Amino acid sequence: MTPLLAPGAIDCDIHPAVPNLAALLPYMDQPWREQVVVRGIDDLATIAYPANSPLTCRADWRPADKSVPASSLAQVRRDALDPFGTSIAIANCLYGVQALFSEDMAAAYATAVNRWMAAEWLDKEPRLRASIIVAAQGPELAVDEIERWAHDKRFVQVLLLVSGATPLGKRALWPIYRAAEKYGLAIGIHAGSAYHNPPTSVGWPTYYTEDYVSQAQAFQSQLTSMICEGVFNKFPNLKVVLLESGFTWLPAHLWRLTKFWRGLRMEIPWVDRAPADIVRSNVRLSLQPVDGPPDRDSLLRIFDHMQSDELILFSTDYPHWQFDGTAAIPDGLPADLVRKMTHDNPRATYARLLETVA
Amino acid sequence: MNVQARQTPTTAAASKLAIADGDIHPTRKLASEFDPWLEKRWRDDIATFGTRQRQQWQNAPAYPKAQPNASRRDAYPPEGGRQGSSLPFMQQQHLDPNNVALGILNPLGTGQGLQNIDMSIALCHATNEWQQEYWTKPDRRLRASVVVPYEDPIASAKEIRRYADNADFVQVFMLSRTSEPMGSRKYWPIYEAAAEVGMPVGVHAFGYGGNPMTPGGYPSYYTEEMVGHSQAQQSGLASLVVEGVFARFPSLKMIMIEAGFAWAPSLTWRLDNAWRRLKQETPHLTRLPSEYIRDQVWWTTQPMEEPEPRAHLRDAINWIGWDRLIFATDYPHWDYDDPATSLPLKISEAERQAFFIGNARNVYRGV
Repeated sequence: MTPLLAPGAIDCDIHPAVPNLAALLPYMDQPWREQVVVRGIDDLATIAYPANSPLTCRADWRPADKSVPASSLAQVRRDALDPFGTSIAIANCLYGVQALFSEDMAAAYATAVNRWMAAEWLDKEPRLRASIIVAAQGPELAVDEIERWAHDKRFVQVLLLVSGATPLGKRALWPIYRAAEKYGLAIGIHAGSAYHNPPTSVGWPTYYTEDYVSQAQAFQSQLTSMICEGVFNKFPNLKVVLLESGFTWLPAHLWRLTKFWRGLRMEIPWVDRAPADIVRSNVRLSLQPVDGPPDRDSLLRIFDHMQSDELILFSTDYPHWQFDGTAAIPDGLPADLVRKMTHDNPRATYARLLETVA
Repeated sequence: MNVQARQTPTTAAASKLAIADGDIHPTRKLASEFDPWLEKRWRDDIATFGTRQRQQWQNAPAYPKAQPNASRRDAYPPEGGRQGSSLPFMQQQHLDPNNVALGILNPLGTGQGLQNIDMSIALCHATNEWQQEYWTKPDRRLRASVVVPYEDPIASAKEIRRYADNADFVQVFMLSRTSEPMGSRKYWPIYEAAAEVGMPVGVHAFGYGGNPMTPGGYPSYYTEEMVGHSQAQQSGLASLVVEGVFARFPSLKMIMIEAGFAWAPSLTWRLDNAWRRLKQETPHLTRLPSEYIRDQVWWTTQPMEEPEPRAHLRDAINWIGWDRLIFATDYPHWDYDDPATSLPLKISEAERQAFFIGNARNVYRGV
């Protein structure tokens, strides 16, 4: 049975898509626009979501005309917003800006994607909010991009990929976190890689299945990095949201991280609270993919292990295939937990959702 | 974890339940202990160029440890030498008082994963002969691992078959940070030989495969390296499943050593969910990933996860199966799990028996 969401649910992870590079050109500065043509640059479609993979787009959400899934507002309204009674959905555009090697080129593409997002989506659909795309390859340029959009309250988050060139806790990235905290923007960390390192810590896998599964390990590593490096000590008001990360790994990971934190605190003395406490105050995770056990009771045990009903934010991960029909919420979750995931937790996480937008 | 000096238990061993220890680390008192089994060429090259790994230091681990040799500060043998180098002291401090009836030797830092693969082959063989001469012959409670130069799987398979009929050797020993994911076909000759001789393949945390320690690059701290062994093993196990190692070698048993176990249920659920959607690319898999894992994978317990409340650990073990965990201490290392205190759960006698010795007897060859 499809759980009926109370009116006003907030979907924290949907993926409106760039239909093609030509659609970005009007939003791109020179000389980059000219370079696209002169150099014959292709779409920035990374291998993180192969175009025809079943996971990349649920079969019944694929457009009949073979256009890029989720690339038109009509599709997104019909498949992602209307069926769930969504009051607000946060658009996390996955376009391979972060995988470019040139910092300047990446920054130019990030600007173009954000302009395109504002003009083609946010201006036209009041239920949408968006993440600011930045290229963490160049932290100073990323800060410039955050400041370009900080005044626009429809942007509620800064988006990073879980696997880039360096661990996300490293000090080189702190200017990004400083700016996000200053402007009341969350940091969203989404599944996906720049592929500047192998996708697993033991090298390049053979199958896409392994690449996708390994995203959970990447999230574990990055959560470890941000906690150990002291990001949350330096920026105590920063909210970090793990997107399309899965969440059933979280309790066991915190057990292990806490054990080594206890044993090795002399190495990272600034981490003055247990990792689980830091997660409860600063880190949130999106619902889909649930990656849950097959039975309801075990899933409820996982929620029990998390020891908080404030960590999970409702998401459909549209158009990725994580569930069928409108069954975005696993059966059998208590109504008050569902209410928190769909309404209260997103509002508590994204300060800007409480503000009126023009 | 991180106790500076433990009271050596004085309870008479005979009054305690006999246990198996799936992770004991013997070391050499003198580097020259390998010499009888090394050709002159290798003795000379090691003296001249050292044993270069895929990391930066000549004589140290990539991340400085938190205490010398990552070992208990009370584990230095009274007669001198590094921790874990004295059989009499290991007997006195660990094997006798804890009533260890079966101890599995997992030698580290011997020569696995070296840049020079021929040197690696030579050192691994010397390690195996040394285990027998210095450890398993004098103490019949101890059993050896066939340490293999896993980056050359053909040579590794040869080394495994060399000990096919030697009852002192009960498992094949790899490290988890391989240069390619463990399921890669490059490594299949190792699994084929292990299945053939009836030894499980133990995969121990550590190793230098040359890949950054996270998919986002090298982290800063030893803490992250230690926590990260769990991620490396998760990726390695996912690879073993998805690349079809378990499907191709249905009698193969794998033991994941010293990287935790509580992560296994979530990884298994994620594998099942992903595979249901993506199975078009893996027609060699005829069952759910979880089914291969349930039938063919074991875990050693140290360092045991310590949730608060501890009862959460019981959920994790229930999901994995009480028949799949092998108790281990990691003696003489700093994060040693004491058999008297490390499983603070009320458990049945049958569970206790399986956890502390029964499962080990079922998985290791001929014990």
